[in-house]
Amino acid sequence: MQVKFRSKALPYLLLLPSIIVSLLFLYYPALKTFVLSLYKTAFMGMRKIFVGGSNFIELFTSIEYLQSILISCFFAVGVVVIGLTLSLFIAVLSNQDIRGGRLYCLGFIWPYALSPAIAGVIWLFMFNPTAGIINYLTDLLWGISPDWVSNKHLALLMVIGAAVWKNLGYNIVFYLAALQNIPQEILEAAEMDGANSLQKFFLITFDFLKPTTLFLVIMNLIYSFFDTFGIIDILTKGGPVNATTTMIYKLYIDAFQNYKTGFAAAQSIILFIMVMGLTIAQFKWSDSKIDYGS
Amino acid sequence: MNKYLIKKWTKVVLTHLILLTMMLIVASPLLFAIIKSTQSMGEIFSYPPKLSFGSATFNNYKKALLDYNLARLMLNSCYIAIVITTLKIVFSILGAFAFVFFNFKYKKLLFWLILITLMLPIPVRIIPLFEFMKQLNWGDSFLALTVPFLASATGTFLFRQYFMSFPESIVEAAKVDGVGPLRFLFQILVPMSLNTIGALAVIELIYVWNQYLWPLIIITSNQKQVVQIGLKSLIGTGDQGTDWAVVMAGAVITLLPPLIVFILLQEQFMNGFALSENK
Repeated sequence: MQVKFRSKALPYLLLLPSIIVSLLFLYYPALKTFVLSLYKTAFMGMRKIFVGGSNFIELFTSIEYLQSILISCFFAVGVVVIGLTLSLFIAVLSNQDIRGGRLYCLGFIWPYALSPAIAGVIWLFMFNPTAGIINYLTDLLWGISPDWVSNKHLALLMVIGAAVWKNLGYNIVFYLAALQNIPQEILEAAEMDGANSLQKFFLITFDFLKPTTLFLVIMNLIYSFFDTFGIIDILTKGGPVNATTTMIYKLYIDAFQNYKTGFAAAQSIILFIMVMGLTIAQFKWSDSKIDYGS
Repeated sequence: MNKYLIKKWTKVVLTHLILLTMMLIVASPLLFAIIKSTQSMGEIFSYPPKLSFGSATFNNYKKALLDYNLARLMLNSCYIAIVITTLKIVFSILGAFAFVFFNFKYKKLLFWLILITLMLPIPVRIIPLFEFMKQLNWGDSFLALTVPFLASATGTFLFRQYFMSFPESIVEAAKVDGVGPLRFLFQILVPMSLNTIGALAVIELIYVWNQYLWPLIIITSNQKQVVQIGLKSLIGTGDQGTDWAVVMAGAVITLLPPLIVFILLQEQFMNGFALSENK
């Protein structure tokens, strides 16, 4: 509990800017999404017809939409598993007590500044069949030159790779911070008791990293569901034949290219339910206990 | 007798080697992009791929910045990033100050009102927000890129957490001296919150600079576009397909501002955000 000042009007005035922006540009459009999801647009968006829950029924009977859910989940699992394994590995290695540790740290976390578009164009060029470096290497090593963009599985793999690279910095930042918070005495005590490096890692370090891992799993899920649009738009445009069309890409296509507003709004609602679940999970599991409204 | 020393040194050298290799692997896509951004069309398509600096550096960067207008788009992105970040920090500080240092009616309700905005990212409200912007006549304007992003639940909670742990003795002393709430906020609290301000500045500058989906749909004129979309539009604009050297130059240019901000404010970012309990 912090010491309080006394004033009747001041706290409301202080909160006014945040509240106005939240109500106008967050709550109002979000509520309108709910309303829109109950309508169908006809005549080039000129007329709206109330259809109740039929947009949702259409969603869950549409093979294309169900497929985009499956692709999103596969994509998310790939980003989480590959991304977190790599980050943890790098963080543990660079956390060792050696000269230049800080420089190494910066050398690993800089990808935090990367954007989806930058990761996208660099990846697109690396995987270019004629001038890229990847096919040169695969040809050199195994004598194959795969067509990444037009193969269903390879395209998805390529997109996952770019997404993992872009988020590496974020993950390593949090793992490094967590590693620095582990009390050294415990590790030293374990060493004196004769524990080797592997035992120390799996029995002590890993245990201390559990809350951070949980936090990162959720943040990476949110990232792969909501913030990877740019990567997909630049690398594959959802193709080949929808093989990389994730839920958010499908929403964009239906809303702004097919102009199926009600149908797309229903997809927004599905995304809202997902982000709600993930946010609640994060609050429930995270270490930081937010004491509401003190 | 030196067995122990030798063992120790091999371990140190080995660790350095492993770390350097890992660093190189993580950076390799970017290094590839930097090298390719200096090459001419012929060098780009040479086989085997040329992996040393080329002869067209100046030409490629000039093309990206001036011929393809990235310089202008960089300015747009800078302007938007600075406006949003500044106002977001101000609004978050004001809100957090109210939550921590005052008791008032409906405090819980207002707290929840801001908390729940965490669950309303752009994809959840993109269609109505797009229509709303058109109604306000804000389509294709910087207003549409900035105003809807000025409230920040993350920022409010970051400052709230820091304010709650602020030494009570300082607040008491200020009150005894007859310092009012606003003077306390601006002369004592804000100057002592620089770490948190720095951390939020990094997060928001990079977040805004990297925005993609919203500008893609709301901005239609090339002069008002942000640099990320400009980067995308470099693909497929060359005489024969894509001028990859120019695209890579564009990628390097686009990465520089957030990278510099990140390196400069790295310490604040770690102390004020990653190491703090509230994320």
